[in-house]
Amino acid sequence: MAGKTLYDKLWDDHLVKQRDDGSALIYIDRHLLHEVTSPQAFEGLRLANRKPWRIDANLATPDHNVPTTDRAMGINGIVDPVSRIQVETLDSNCDEFGILEFKIKDQRQGIVHVIGPEQGATLPGMTIVCGDSHTSTHGAFGCLAHGIGTSEVEHVLATQCLVQQKMKNMLVKVKGQLGKGVTAKDVVLAIIGKIGTAGGSGHAIEFGGDAIQGLSMEGRMTVCNMAIEAGARVGMVAVDGTTIDYVKGRPFSPEGEAWDAAVAHWRTLHSDLSAEFDKVVELEGADIQPQVSWGTSPEMVANVAGRVPDPAQETDLIKREGLERALKYMGLLPNQLITDIKLDRIFIGSCTNSRIEDLREAALVVKGRKVAGSLKQAMVVPGSGLVKLQAEAEGLDKIFLEAGLEWRDPGCSMCLAMNADKLGQGEHCASTSNRNFEGRQGFGGRTHLVSPAMAAAAAIAGHFVDVREMLN
Amino acid sequence: MRAFTQHQGLVAPMDRSNVDTDMIIPKQFLKSIKRTGFGPNLFDALRYLDEGQPGQDSSQRPLNTDFVLNQKRYSGASVLLARTNFGCGSSREHAPWALEDFGFRVIIAPSFADIFYNNCFKNGLLAIVLDEKIVDQMFIEAEASEGYELTVNLADNTVITPSGESFSFEVDGFRRHCLLNGLDDIGVTLEDADVIQDYEDARRKTAPWLFGAGQ
Repeated sequence: MAGKTLYDKLWDDHLVKQRDDGSALIYIDRHLLHEVTSPQAFEGLRLANRKPWRIDANLATPDHNVPTTDRAMGINGIVDPVSRIQVETLDSNCDEFGILEFKIKDQRQGIVHVIGPEQGATLPGMTIVCGDSHTSTHGAFGCLAHGIGTSEVEHVLATQCLVQQKMKNMLVKVKGQLGKGVTAKDVVLAIIGKIGTAGGSGHAIEFGGDAIQGLSMEGRMTVCNMAIEAGARVGMVAVDGTTIDYVKGRPFSPEGEAWDAAVAHWRTLHSDLSAEFDKVVELEGADIQPQVSWGTSPEMVANVAGRVPDPAQETDLIKREGLERALKYMGLLPNQLITDIKLDRIFIGSCTNSRIEDLREAALVVKGRKVAGSLKQAMVVPGSGLVKLQAEAEGLDKIFLEAGLEWRDPGCSMCLAMNADKLGQGEHCASTSNRNFEGRQGFGGRTHLVSPAMAAAAAIAGHFVDVREMLN
Repeated sequence: MRAFTQHQGLVAPMDRSNVDTDMIIPKQFLKSIKRTGFGPNLFDALRYLDEGQPGQDSSQRPLNTDFVLNQKRYSGASVLLARTNFGCGSSREHAPWALEDFGFRVIIAPSFADIFYNNCFKNGLLAIVLDEKIVDQMFIEAEASEGYELTVNLADNTVITPSGESFSFEVDGFRRHCLLNGLDDIGVTLEDADVIQDYEDARRKTAPWLFGAGQ
């Protein structure tokens, strides 16, 4: 008999009830909340006269609407009154139901997918959900973690469970070692480029292989974060020593005997050698080059030394129209060199790339250099107040400021531009975020997804450049 | 939730793959704390020539007359015909809320993104997966004949074209049951409150580190 995959183990461990119709009740260990997708869920609870099932499973923070400047003003610093109401609504809902919230002026506030792991509120083996598709990030800890809609936010609040159908198992194996200057972001963009934006639909992806195991927790979070961009709600990495070392000593982490018991369980959180996957994809780590997205879907990526594709070479009519539409929106020409794309703004941040290691990688590139005069703006937005504090303790803020980058306060910021940070129409941005959809970073804005090191290199050059040329 | 049993309606073909939820309802409209009122901003950046703002009267805005939903022949459409991977990206339930508020009751596509698909069923919106060849055929027919309507029957899982051709589709048992009966699935889950409590009590003993707030 075949062994179990990591996903099978997590599923079995959280199965409350298997129903005859094929659906199952799955228990949820951790529920993260933010201001955008929760107000209607709390309202639903009130209308149905229901109470949250288990208060201590919930952790909330405002992140999407928060400004990244003037934070001393707290909630009054939110200029847009509609945004302000949404943040106030999260505060009042959490106060009313007794849910722990890191409010806007709390040092621990940050992007929800940064603060969970940072606090140890994300622990190996958990089921974790949040009304946000990038919840897949937490799979880096050997968790079953995925995004849900607002109706399911309400369902989890009321029942501590979700009604689920079991997904299929997919293994994405990155073999060997990564080259110098090639990071987790390049790995995941290369994976999405290979399997496509629907390549993981209906599947839970486990990322494995030496190149994945060689990544830090920050790197693994970057990879799992973007599983959703490959169509998979769930991305996971097996637990190993790196995972356990990261979790130890965090505010929500167990201690003493409970720690030992937890570690003993966590050590089992990997796919069995005899486990079978429905789908397996393999990549050679050494083949992966720094990636740049040129189009309006995360699958539209190229090597930094490559060119924008020529739609005339595409035989499939629907795909050709898609390419033509993307090039028109992006204002690019067929066969244009990626390194010839001129940039207006640089954004280093988001739940994909705003952790301490991301900031270190970017700082290493800009240290002792100056941001290109042709840029309108280059900003660094740390993922949380604690990431910001740590970066400042390491002197990274000074490196960024001396190079001419802005050093901001934590939040989702220009990843989706719900706050004041956004692109103008037609502007090109080298962004460490996760989505290059039309208008994502601002109406008519043009997003190019890259790693923090590549964004930093582009900030210096004013156009894309192979960061490896700057790393000597 | 509104029950869904049978629906006949005008088809609007949206000939574009990988339609993401940012496209279905852009971020500035996610600031609302309500579930309703998103219809005028459905596909906002495609429907209008200017940048929409929350609370604005959209009836006065310049329309993109090339966009399918702005063409007179598709006015009043309630069945959206779409391409592969419809609804990819963000988990925002505002996407099905906007589609529903606009007047859609059915979306047909060769494939949907997982989270969006699930969100549709929570809002009485029936998402139907049909083979790509059948969807291709429907695109051709809908574009060729004005007033092209489809009849969708959830009771027997069929889609019927104006010429009487019938195609069957699959929806898993629980989603179908909830949709047919307009059930509140939280209520259904809470019927198993004892089972959930038993599971939780056992888990509190075997994995105590998962309980209790942090320091």
